[in-house]
Amino acid sequence: MRGLVICWMLIGGLGFLIFPWYVTGDGFFSINWILEYSLADYGSVLPQVFTNKKYWLLPLAIPLFFPLTTLKLNQNNPLYSKIFLYSGLIGFFYFFLQGFSIGIRGWNFEIFQSIFGDVDNQFGVGSGAVLTCCTFIFYITHGLSSRGWLNGDNFIVGSIGSIIILVSTFVFFPIFRMFTIAFKGTGGGYEISNFSSKILNKGIWGLDCVYSDYACGVFWNTVTMGTLTAFSSTILGLAFALLIARTSFKFKKTIRILSVLPIITPPFVIGLAIIILFGRSGAVSTFLEWGFDIEPSRWIYGLPGIWFAQTLAFTPIAFLILIGVVESVSPSMEEASQTLRASKWQVFKTVTLPLMRPGIANAFLIGFIESLADFGNPLVLGAEYDVLSTEIFFAIVGAQYDETKAAILAMILLSVVLVVFYLQNQWLGKKSYISISGKGDSGVHPELPKKTKWLIYSTVLPWAFMTFVIYLMIMFGGFVEMWGVDHSFTLKHYIEAFSIDWVKDRGFLWTGTAWNSFSTTFTIAIISALPTAAIGILTAYLLTRHKFKGKNAFEFGTMLSFAIPGSVIGVSYVFAFNVPPIELTGTGIILVIAFVFRNMPVGVRAGMAAMNQLDPHLDEASSTLNASSSQTFRNIILPLLKPAITASLVFSFVRAMTAISAVIFLVSANYDLAVSYILGRLENNDFGLAIVYSSALIVVMLFTILLMQLIIGKRKLGRRDQSAGILQGNIG
Amino acid sequence: MKNIMKLASIALVLLFTLFGLTNKASAAKLTMYCSVEIDVCEMLEQAYEKETGTKVAMTRASSGETFAKIKAESTNPKGDVWFGGTGDPHLTAAQENLTAVYKSKHFNDLLPAAQNQAVNANYKSVGIYVGALGFGYNKELLAKKGLPAPKSWMDLTKPIYKGEIQIANPNSSGTAYTTLATILQIFGEEKGWDYMKALHLNVNTYTKSGSAPIKATGRGENLIGICFQHDGVKQTKKGLPVVTVSPTEGTGYEVGSMSIIAGARNMEEAKKFYDWALSPPIQTMVFTSGKSLQVPSNTKAQADPDAPDLSTINLIDYNFKVYGEKSTRAGLLSKWDADVSTIPR
Repeated sequence: MRGLVICWMLIGGLGFLIFPWYVTGDGFFSINWILEYSLADYGSVLPQVFTNKKYWLLPLAIPLFFPLTTLKLNQNNPLYSKIFLYSGLIGFFYFFLQGFSIGIRGWNFEIFQSIFGDVDNQFGVGSGAVLTCCTFIFYITHGLSSRGWLNGDNFIVGSIGSIIILVSTFVFFPIFRMFTIAFKGTGGGYEISNFSSKILNKGIWGLDCVYSDYACGVFWNTVTMGTLTAFSSTILGLAFALLIARTSFKFKKTIRILSVLPIITPPFVIGLAIIILFGRSGAVSTFLEWGFDIEPSRWIYGLPGIWFAQTLAFTPIAFLILIGVVESVSPSMEEASQTLRASKWQVFKTVTLPLMRPGIANAFLIGFIESLADFGNPLVLGAEYDVLSTEIFFAIVGAQYDETKAAILAMILLSVVLVVFYLQNQWLGKKSYISISGKGDSGVHPELPKKTKWLIYSTVLPWAFMTFVIYLMIMFGGFVEMWGVDHSFTLKHYIEAFSIDWVKDRGFLWTGTAWNSFSTTFTIAIISALPTAAIGILTAYLLTRHKFKGKNAFEFGTMLSFAIPGSVIGVSYVFAFNVPPIELTGTGIILVIAFVFRNMPVGVRAGMAAMNQLDPHLDEASSTLNASSSQTFRNIILPLLKPAITASLVFSFVRAMTAISAVIFLVSANYDLAVSYILGRLENNDFGLAIVYSSALIVVMLFTILLMQLIIGKRKLGRRDQSAGILQGNIG
Repeated sequence: MKNIMKLASIALVLLFTLFGLTNKASAAKLTMYCSVEIDVCEMLEQAYEKETGTKVAMTRASSGETFAKIKAESTNPKGDVWFGGTGDPHLTAAQENLTAVYKSKHFNDLLPAAQNQAVNANYKSVGIYVGALGFGYNKELLAKKGLPAPKSWMDLTKPIYKGEIQIANPNSSGTAYTTLATILQIFGEEKGWDYMKALHLNVNTYTKSGSAPIKATGRGENLIGICFQHDGVKQTKKGLPVVTVSPTEGTGYEVGSMSIIAGARNMEEAKKFYDWALSPPIQTMVFTSGKSLQVPSNTKAQADPDAPDLSTINLIDYNFKVYGEKSTRAGLLSKWDADVSTIPR
């Protein structure tokens, strides 16, 4: 215990006295400051105070070093916990007070100006400041655990504390900041009139399209699109699931792969493929014109195209949710109903379907949320069918830079999603839909009624075939000269994107235009996958194995970021982290953080699903042998969670590689991501390059997923592998 | 043992990636916001890096988007130089003190239009190329539909072209805003707005980027795209069946500009780049590459033989000072939003 405390104090001391206090221009992790040290640029607190006149930093020394007095005290002494708790709290609050009050131009609030007079400016927090802040957080949690919270368990209190702080800083704070921006007036101050005029705008709520030719408000467009997509993706997903689980179709494995392929597809690719096939000069349209004299039209531009693309994109998610549900329907129930002389159709309608209802509702709601958050498809195919996610984008990025409008639209989008999320939680919270009960349930599912079977075959097979054609085309499109015009074979697009030259004296030069964004995207996706899985699994452990006050709120908070649409996160990060105290825009870190907190819920759900299967007696056995909770976590639980770890790593990685809506606001000159490259190419009509890039991304993703599974390995249970069940049960 | 090896290799991998991400330290740096075509941006980036060894970080976005980005970052600028994009956003940026004053050593060699841009912006911007406005149509689609070829601005409002025209949204595109200003200057205030409303009925989509209409036209997804003439010629050069038209009533033009961002972190490097970009050899390289067919602003540089010849085009006396004004722009855009874009079609 003593060792831990001293260790943290050392870290705090390092942060305070040695590491640069402010963010340097070279990036958070660069070691440039060691190589080219200068007191003015890279000073820690003392040089900052005395050379650069940042006097307000000095008081931080008091709460930081005061706990040194506890070295003589016994941990059971109430004074011990008090000292830590209060030093931590005072230090932490003062840290943020000075961070928020003094910005890049001196005082942020005039009231302080009048009290204290002029003061120098300060930049965002750097490595030194972060280390010091972490030490304060440790003091707080150590003080709390010394008082007996949660059985005096340092590890647990520390974990809970850090996760709460992280989630508050990177999820709640940006949302809050965005909320305040919504109320900003045109002059810069805060006024309600600007807010009310923008929110009660006809552009958002108008219903004109119902009775005239005018367009409807953005809100109605979005909700319509979401509902349509949710319906179609759920129905198709159900059809796929029934095909795989309940029929004796011979090519199940192929269908399974085809149905899941859209998940690892980079953004815009599906929209692009649809344009190439069904656009006015698309392959299918020209064929129809040649064969049947049907005039090609621009039908895909607008709601029909978006609906089509989103269904293609989100059916796999519905499928993954529903396959678990379909497989877990107890065959005993169906057998019982058959023994009571029910026909196949009656069994299906009265027993099977109702038992799947929770899963169907879940898939519907997830489809709805994903549709609302979708950005790429409306952008490429929307033409003028405006939806909230693209409107938010144009409010910030268009020439009419209107922060307030963007913030208001983001708030509306967030509210819709939260309402839906809440409904889902309410509806489903009471029913369980994860399989594996452990009880013997050996029955045989009855065959599906004939009509249903044929209905399923006739929906799934054409759809699967079309998916196959689209992906074939995507691979093929990279090798032709110019799609739609010149189909001669060429490698020039691959060369232009991925060429490597050997230049004398300078070695290998990555001259291909795609390397920059490709390597950045890949690196950032990998880097963010690790903390995502780590925080996710840790949170899952805390939620399943420990009881503490406010656990429900904690759970909701960590899951919240899953519900927030990407555009909202992107916009709120831009508002919150462009100015001190936390200055992150333009760096790679903001991308990593956006990914970590966006995808963390996936790790949480995977972990929870897996841990619900582990017997708590294992933990107890370990505790009775005198292991601390962190030892138990590391040695007992983690090895048994390998499938969950793999699942969360894979999902986080894939979601990070294919993210757009959040990321499009956060890319910068130094950290260009795949999405901006592809978008730039699409805008420039360079379809060949866009396709080449996307194919490369898909191949790299597949390869990395396989590698991850190899590295983590399979857990040794001594019985049949349960990993399939977990992967299926953890979505939603 | 195996566990230690695993941990060690993971740690090594992490260390390498961190280094990879962060080693942009010591060399000279330049952050460029580029608003011309992405292939031109990349050409510039690579040429400058090769010649000077400076590490260039470049992002490409349309002129409207870049203006918004610079404005959003104004308290803490991340960019150094803004290259390309139509002149109006550059003028507005200059008025809002978002860009820095700098007079290049090549100033006296520039076309009068380019010099005017600098004067109008109080030397916070300069013209780097000149391009005339116009439109282009897909001749194969036109023949298939049996429609007559449009030759003038007024032709575009004919009902036979309903749903066949694409133009960008003036809120996000410099091309479309220039079109709006051009129409108002050719036809006058009242007739000009009537024209925009009539044109609106024939538009099938307002795209985000200014050059998207002509690209869709090239691909056969659209019949007539309003664009700068050099964009149309570029599509033809690529082998697409596009015919570029210079409208008979006369047309406006853009003076593509370059500005240094106020408060740039690499100010000296930005000035170096500024002079380099305006020099005859670089202008010749860019504008004869076949990727960019505007007329270079440095009179000592050469233009592409296929570039539209400005001397044969009927150019109006475009009033950049008035139409570059922030208040004029805001007024026109809100009027367009309210009166034109809401008309059902």
